[in-house]
Amino acid sequence: MPDGNAYDQFLDYANRANPYRLFPELRKTPVARQPDGSYVVSTYDEIVSLLHDPRVSSDLRNVPEIAAIALPPEHAPQLPPEFIRRDPPDHDRLRSLAMKYFGPPHSPDRISRLTPRIDRIVTDLIDGLAGRTRIDIVDDFAYPLPVTVICELLGVPKADEQRLHAWSQLLVGTNDPTTGTIVERNRRRFETMAELGRYFDDLVEAHLRDPGDDLLSALATDGEMARPDLLSTAGLLFVAGHETTVNLVTNGMLTLLRHPDVLERLRHEPELVVTAVEELLRYEPPIQMPGPRRTALADIDIGGTTIPKGSVIVLVLASGSRDPERFPDPDRFDPDRRDNQHLGFGGGIHYCFGAPLARTETQIALTELVGRLVNPRLVTDPPPYRHPPNLRGPEHLLVDVDRVEPVTRARAGG
Amino acid sequence: MRVVVDLTRCQGYGQCAFAAPDVFRMARNEALMYELNPDDSRRAQVLRAAAACPVQALVVDELGPLPAQASGHGRMPERVVIVGASLAGLRAAATLRRQGFRGSLTLIGDEPDRPYDRPPLSKQVLTGQVNAQQTLLPRRGELHAKWLLGTPATGLDLAAKQVLLADGRRVGYDRLLIATGVRARPWPNPAEAALDGVFVLRDSHDAALLHDRLAGGVNRVLVIGGGFNGSEIASVCRDMGLAVTLVDRGPAPLTGALGGVVGAIAADIQREHGVDLRCGVTAAALEGDGAGRLRGARLSDGSTVEADVAVVALGAERNVGWLAGSGLAAGVWGVGCDAGCRAFNVNGIVCDDVFVAGDVARFPHPVYGYQFLTLEHWGNAMAQAQVAAHNMIAASSDLWPHLSLPVFWSAQFGLNIKSVGVPTFADEVVFTQGSVADRRFVAVYGYHGRITAAVTFDQAMWLDFYRDLIEQAAPFPPTFDMVGKPGKVQPVPAEVPQRISALHDATVVVTGHDPAERRATLVTAGPGRAD
Repeated sequence: MPDGNAYDQFLDYANRANPYRLFPELRKTPVARQPDGSYVVSTYDEIVSLLHDPRVSSDLRNVPEIAAIALPPEHAPQLPPEFIRRDPPDHDRLRSLAMKYFGPPHSPDRISRLTPRIDRIVTDLIDGLAGRTRIDIVDDFAYPLPVTVICELLGVPKADEQRLHAWSQLLVGTNDPTTGTIVERNRRRFETMAELGRYFDDLVEAHLRDPGDDLLSALATDGEMARPDLLSTAGLLFVAGHETTVNLVTNGMLTLLRHPDVLERLRHEPELVVTAVEELLRYEPPIQMPGPRRTALADIDIGGTTIPKGSVIVLVLASGSRDPERFPDPDRFDPDRRDNQHLGFGGGIHYCFGAPLARTETQIALTELVGRLVNPRLVTDPPPYRHPPNLRGPEHLLVDVDRVEPVTRARAGG
Repeated sequence: MRVVVDLTRCQGYGQCAFAAPDVFRMARNEALMYELNPDDSRRAQVLRAAAACPVQALVVDELGPLPAQASGHGRMPERVVIVGASLAGLRAAATLRRQGFRGSLTLIGDEPDRPYDRPPLSKQVLTGQVNAQQTLLPRRGELHAKWLLGTPATGLDLAAKQVLLADGRRVGYDRLLIATGVRARPWPNPAEAALDGVFVLRDSHDAALLHDRLAGGVNRVLVIGGGFNGSEIASVCRDMGLAVTLVDRGPAPLTGALGGVVGAIAADIQREHGVDLRCGVTAAALEGDGAGRLRGARLSDGSTVEADVAVVALGAERNVGWLAGSGLAAGVWGVGCDAGCRAFNVNGIVCDDVFVAGDVARFPHPVYGYQFLTLEHWGNAMAQAQVAAHNMIAASSDLWPHLSLPVFWSAQFGLNIKSVGVPTFADEVVFTQGSVADRRFVAVYGYHGRITAAVTFDQAMWLDFYRDLIEQAAPFPPTFDMVGKPGKVQPVPAEVPQRISALHDATVVVTGHDPAERRATLVTAGPGRAD
């Protein structure tokens, strides 16, 4: 197809700034077979249905060519897939073990107790902008915030952050369907994960000798998770905590700057940030489609077609969240939207593990940014975008401001 | 503030427990316990929890979205009367207003309280987490309704279109909704039932009394009946550290609702949690200490149980006594109606101005061979009330059928048990996902080669998939590959108890020869009593 179908156009970097205008065309075929035999699903009901369909596997080892990937000895040991790339019962077991130190039922207030710390990090980052009139929301704020939080939560030394960032970028690239076949990309992912695993193995040993109040120390000392799974889990949480919230915060600021009325309301109604962030997850989700591909374990009749057993399934969550059959006036950013069952965090058993953390960080971040940046203006609209179509977000977001309010005055002034 | 979680929708994502850990608590993987009336100082975190719910099951100070305004109406009635001021009655009233009914609206209830939520009575209220007065259902906006509470209806005059009240008043209607629900079946021996320490649990008054007694310290609680209510009570008692004996006439608890195969698992779970479970026996007699206090019970196998509290959980009786002689097809089976909630008269002809919804309604379900079902489920009361309310004011060309599949939930022993479809409409059952040993599984029920129900234990996220299979009349057993599929997938007999039809209690005499003269007369309708 010379000019490409709607999905190819969606993948095309030329459309990164606004993929949403392609979705109505994409949704004309709710379940669309692609030339490579995969199926792209773009409508809300069909996506929700497949997210809850036990005939859909997240374990790519169900694709024989991927199951056959064996790393050469210099890359060994090869790590087992992370729980996001596993099916029940392993998925459920590993996710529950990780959840033990992250959330309910065992650690229900772990994330809410982080709020003051996140508040502090946000305040410090904005304090650091004092005296500036041009800010890069990405480099100066949205990137360092989640990275600091996830490093502290996991127990990763800040000094290692640069090295880890490089691996994280490589892994994000392996999720990007425009960078090679699914087999090539998975080979690269296995290689990078193996390197990351060797790093985390050393770190786990260090934490075992001197445990801290962090997730890795807790998981390592409790010993219920086998070491290879622990290393995969560490890699997953690090990368996921690293590469998604940055886009949510940045997309948030971009969206508010494009909707100055909402930005102004947020200054006076800080509680509005709660539903505004949910709307953001619907309207400008950082994850346009999940990186891990899914496969059909059986023939699945859906959306007027049959996905044959063995097919790769691509769920375009961002398109589902803009489906007019489900959301009235879907292309409008409405922070008061009710019944907002967006797909920003996916759904079903693989629902984003870190969602509560992402919400908390973004709610605090946007509240403080709009409270303290005086007269913020977009320098370029649209901003330059990072390459991946699935983990989508601006590379930089330059904003000019009159000044940065000190924290006390901004708070006292409401 | 009043928090309502639609546990029919809840899939156990736990996002509320992250956002407001003081208000929402996950018992294990999925079962959610929550404060019904958190302090207003927690409003911000509760609103964060509500916004974060991935299935928007959590609402504050309201009862969830109502069906949109109807496109067209029939001739609008002037007076609507709803008998039964609980969940179904309230939901119907709100739907009527939402759909544009502006005439006079009267709600008649036998209890003195405004509508309140019952599921918490056997959970949060028993544990003392909230008191019984705090379960009032929220009402958003004014219903502009006349409330006649604490004034039971005692009769119905179909010809005059009037409801008769206990105080002698007559309330006229153009449309009537019957939503009188059920009451707890009492212990059959009145003298024994009067012993101090014998309880039932149906209304908020019952719950308050039982909670006070349990909280005051007891030696052993005897739960008579192992249905959902009895099992939940046993669970709460064990959580409170109380010794519990549960007797059930069937082979295992929950067998009447879920069949013997899943019932056997429930039995294991109860025993693991320290319940002294006695199955295949009944309580033959409750025994007093001579001073009017319960001392224990004699069981049908000759054994005895020493207990200072007995909770009679023998199911429910439908509140139809007030309809005796009214000319409606009302009896122990409930009030017969069509799928559009229009009541049948004794001749089996639908009335155009009398509707039925909630636990008291007996309606045909096309998915289950047009069999008549009565369902005592929160979700059914909500859904059916909406359909009934719509149909009460809709044009005859715009009637809605009540077709939603039954869904219910129960939280017990830390587990979230959910069901879709009718598990007793089954001859076989098969475990398709998860592990019985881990207490996380999906059981799928089949009847004559098609899927009719599914039950999940801590696997609620898959339930909608099975709902769709039921609605598609998908073949049983499912043969496709699935994630989490156990090693061996082998259907076994579901061990559903023989359905005992309540209808054998109906004695109908037919008179007349000419079609214009043929009439049915309901001679007996079982042991229904006036309320």
